[in-house]
Amino acid sequence: MSDITEQSLSELVENIKSKKLSSSEATNAFVQRSEKSKELNAYITEDYANALIKAKKFDEKPNLNLKLPGIPMAVKDLFCTKDLRTTAGSKILNNFVPTYESTVTQNIWNEGAILMGKLNCDEFAMGSSNETSFFGNVQNPIDKNLVPGGSSGGSSSAVAAQLTPITIGTDTGGSIRQPASFTGTVGLKPTYGSCSRYGIVAFASSLDQAGPMAQNVKDCALLQEVISTYDEKDSTSIDFKRNEYSKELTKDIKGKKIGIPKEYRVDGMPNEIEELWKKGIEYAKDCGAEIIDISLPHTNYALPTYYIVAPAEASSNLARYDGVKYGFRAEGENLIDMYEKTRSEGFGAEVQRRIMIGTYVLSSGYYDAYYLKAQKVRKLIKNDFDEAYKKVDAILTPSTPSSAFKIGEKTNDPVSMYLNDIFTVPVNLAGLPGISIPAGHDAKGYPLGLQIIGKAFDEQNILNIAYAMEEKINFKKNITDWWIK
Amino acid sequence: MSIDLKTIKHISKLSRISVAEKKAEKLEGDLNSIFEFIEKLNELKTENVEPLTSIAETTLKLRPDEVKSKNLREQVIKNSPKENEDYFVVPKVIE
Repeated sequence: MSDITEQSLSELVENIKSKKLSSSEATNAFVQRSEKSKELNAYITEDYANALIKAKKFDEKPNLNLKLPGIPMAVKDLFCTKDLRTTAGSKILNNFVPTYESTVTQNIWNEGAILMGKLNCDEFAMGSSNETSFFGNVQNPIDKNLVPGGSSGGSSSAVAAQLTPITIGTDTGGSIRQPASFTGTVGLKPTYGSCSRYGIVAFASSLDQAGPMAQNVKDCALLQEVISTYDEKDSTSIDFKRNEYSKELTKDIKGKKIGIPKEYRVDGMPNEIEELWKKGIEYAKDCGAEIIDISLPHTNYALPTYYIVAPAEASSNLARYDGVKYGFRAEGENLIDMYEKTRSEGFGAEVQRRIMIGTYVLSSGYYDAYYLKAQKVRKLIKNDFDEAYKKVDAILTPSTPSSAFKIGEKTNDPVSMYLNDIFTVPVNLAGLPGISIPAGHDAKGYPLGLQIIGKAFDEQNILNIAYAMEEKINFKKNITDWWIK
Repeated sequence: MSIDLKTIKHISKLSRISVAEKKAEKLEGDLNSIFEFIEKLNELKTENVEPLTSIAETTLKLRPDEVKSKNLREQVIKNSPKENEDYFVVPKVIE
């Protein structure tokens, strides 16, 4: 048996089920490696002692019929975990200890997994590099001082560095797929309504979705079948027939029609990305798929639409942080002064910026010009996909317009940071599923990802395409453990 | 259009976020570059487009109106920065 932390989720599950490995051995191995990897700053809150106790308890009376029997797992710190601090990467929630559990994490524990700790992320998931976290930057295990992407940067770093066999993130405009692409891992953003939003710290409610981040497509499919459930506690949860994604996974994608949208060839895109995309098309053809050129004419309007819709919803969602019911409070001379100081000291610069954009676009006299306009353009973007899906089964694009960049490189220019999400944002606006798989390296040796976008509720199809392409791509991980002394 | 310092002060008041002079100047620059980027939407004619108000094209499910959570008083107050017995405490509002 190979080193425990080298094993994929599927291997760990198999070894625990066949009693070659105990949950305590597995948990201990990932805890040890996490302990040695503090320099990555992937964790905000560690819960190792409790994890080891839970693993021991599991081993005393193991239920091997579960899907994640005794598997240790750290999760993004945006999911409320009962009795364990949940910060959303913000000072304003620095001391918040939920009294309830999110549905997605509850589903995971119900299948036997064990919580190891909470992973770093951009503050309230607002960022593309994990640099807006109150708890500091996260290192990408690929190279020193390289961002791991964001907002699920702690999650991508932890999976790539094998501090956790698998994890979950959330994706509002690319926050699962972009960090997966930057770290050479697999990330799935499910269809809107697939995973319950109950107990996830809200950012933009019409866009937010939870999803798995994994070493490979099969692991990703397994976790997706655990976390995707209908939930009456989330009024936008959708009651549709969910597959057992990992069991129905197949590499047979012969005859599948895959669309290539010409509008994703953006100005200034590095040649390496163009080359990667071409290679991706060849791999898809090798798998037996049929390639069809398509057009998504409103692609260029997706980011400006997103930067109205997302801040508008955020400004409304974040109104709850007032220093009264929970979280940080700054003292003030009167009630209003207390509110203003609490929010000014409790939120970081990017969050304040987005609340103010959102407040402005929703304010009297500007609603029609901005918010209503954005909702109309959002409709046009969704119509583009509806038209395309009359001709194709899925769409293939690059995941990001570049590989990972250095810490500090883009922090002074918000718009250049926002451009990172140019290929991922349209998928959220249209409520569709999208998966990023590692597909190659650039000249610096940094990973690059390809994105497969599916029809609503068609996770199985994009997982199958990703599974088939993964084998052809045969991506080689290139991580040296430089941070372990 | 452009956002001036007076508008920044107004939004800051609506957002209940206090903004010092220096921070306001930085915000003015940032917000203007973001709005310049957003203005791109004006290239599109949208008079006859229905706005997308819900991404999930389903109607809300009905359920019986039953109390499912009880005795949450302690939990509700648990994370409060300042409380007195069963109440949240805030600075004095009425003189």
